[in-house]
Amino acid sequence: MKSVEDWYRHDRMPHIFCTGCGNGTVINCTLEAVMQMGWDIDNTIFISGIGCSSRSPGYITTDSLHTTHGRALAFATGVKLAKPEFDVVVFTGDGDLSAIGGNHFIHACRRNINMTVICMNNMIYGMTGGQGSPCTPAGAISTTTPYGATEPVFDLARLAEASGANYSARWTAYHVKELTKAIKVGMEIPGFSFIEAMTQCPTSYGRRNKLRTTTSMLEYMRDNAVLLNKAKRMEAEGRELSPGRFTVGEFVKRFRPALGVVKDEE
Amino acid sequence: MQGNIACAEGALAAGCSFFGGYPITPSTEVAEHMARILPKKGGTFIQMEDELASISSIIGASWAGARSMTATSGPGFSLMMENIGYAVMTETPIVIVNIQRGGPSTGQPTMGAQGDMMQCRFGSHGDYSTIALVPSTVQEMFDLTAKAFNLADRFRCPVFLMSDEIIGHMREKVTIPEEVDIIRRRPLKEGKLPFEPEDDMIPGFPEFGKGYRVHVTGLTHDERGYPEATNCELHSELVTRLVNKIESKRHEIADYDIINPQAEIVFITYGPPGRAVRQLMHDYSDLEIGHLNLRIVWPFPEKVLKEFPNASKFIVPELNMGQMAREIQRHTSIEVESLPKIGGEMHTPDELFRAMGGDS
Repeated sequence: MKSVEDWYRHDRMPHIFCTGCGNGTVINCTLEAVMQMGWDIDNTIFISGIGCSSRSPGYITTDSLHTTHGRALAFATGVKLAKPEFDVVVFTGDGDLSAIGGNHFIHACRRNINMTVICMNNMIYGMTGGQGSPCTPAGAISTTTPYGATEPVFDLARLAEASGANYSARWTAYHVKELTKAIKVGMEIPGFSFIEAMTQCPTSYGRRNKLRTTTSMLEYMRDNAVLLNKAKRMEAEGRELSPGRFTVGEFVKRFRPALGVVKDEE
Repeated sequence: MQGNIACAEGALAAGCSFFGGYPITPSTEVAEHMARILPKKGGTFIQMEDELASISSIIGASWAGARSMTATSGPGFSLMMENIGYAVMTETPIVIVNIQRGGPSTGQPTMGAQGDMMQCRFGSHGDYSTIALVPSTVQEMFDLTAKAFNLADRFRCPVFLMSDEIIGHMREKVTIPEEVDIIRRRPLKEGKLPFEPEDDMIPGFPEFGKGYRVHVTGLTHDERGYPEATNCELHSELVTRLVNKIESKRHEIADYDIINPQAEIVFITYGPPGRAVRQLMHDYSDLEIGHLNLRIVWPFPEKVLKEFPNASKFIVPELNMGQMAREIQRHTSIEVESLPKIGGEMHTPDELFRAMGGDS
């Protein structure tokens, strides 16, 4: 395998992602990690639910399952347990994973089933035109929060950690090298690996929140991301993260017993 | 042997290697038995977090090559509707056992009913057809569950075993054959596109991990499996094929017993009411009583109604408010009398006798 290009399903191009969308960056980071892992195209299964992020497996030339809204992890559990030798990767989004699929998410983490889950968190329902999600920041404008979102957001990476995943990390589409490395580490670790990739959605999120351009959204992610270690130091000093900022880094890396691990991998 | 155990044993005999389920009365014994036996046979049992996940897991397992099933009852069945449609659209072979109980809602968890017959046919959104088997004995629980797997693999669709609490919790003698016929899904032929149908309208199965590199989606898709959700002709062709691949074979796969075809009064049953008719015929052996007992209810084999040339009336006792009676009526000019019974108890032979106009 020479190039990431070999993993793309070329006759499906052009893709449906909007100009400036961050999903392509996350797919590239994922395929780069897959190549570094030396995985076999015919032994790798990409699975997804519904939403922009979930269209990704359709552009990758492995066997792939584009399922129903929220249920990708339950489908993936069936695939993986029926054939544990498969390398399984799930693409999902903030709405797919944490709203309609929230129960499947915490239970897949609890089972610690051996797969890599990449959540493209664009803080919005992009496919349906920009409705608020459980990850839409307080104050942000969406079509269903026209006066500003009022509900607190889910911290997906910490939710995965608390629910039992062996690996959990958060980076952004700005932090390409860190994101690729985190995905690879997740793939190496037996058990449930969760990588949250904050991505820009200039079309449905940025447009309504004074982040109209792709660069302004990437700068937003760069400027508001706080390294986990720094956040911990701040906490020790009694300082809180200011609203709108979020932590990035590795939240947990451990080797608890996991489900769906092929014996010679142990 | 208990009906639910016979169901699980039938699945195991048919080579079921994956069960994903969630506990619900009165179906739980199916899952419990699979949990005991499957791991010893090298298969997988997993208790999922809900029925949405149960059906998702068995669809995933099916794409990985396993014969997979789940078992549930009304409330869980309702939760499965979304992914029943997904299995239809993606042509995924799975077996769903519904041990029916009284509804709507939580209803009567420990009482038998046949209230989900229309739900299993029409419950998921959009147009489709489906296959539903209904046992009336514990032996048939075994036989029809095994058969359900062959039908699922042949037609590449979800197949329902629509039993109920009465047969599920009944204990009867069961003869387990040395082996059951296993006809597995046909693999995708070389040179064919992943969703390109063969002459029987059914595509070969491109199992994951075999190098087919197939993309499976619940969106309207072309023969490559690629989404084409705004193509009117393609959608029409696809959905028409999904319906016709089953409906066009409805008389071939029909499974029923006919007794006394010359009778004027004919009972049509499926499931437990068939037992009451058999008892009635035993008690009144001097009366000419016709009986059609269906073991496959969907697709409905309407030609079978012509097997009763002298019939003046079809009486349809059902443990619901007349779901199949309506289906039967639309296929015949002969009078159809619905004999509904809900609440959890079976029809008694005397009730059937009175419906015939008898005085008991």
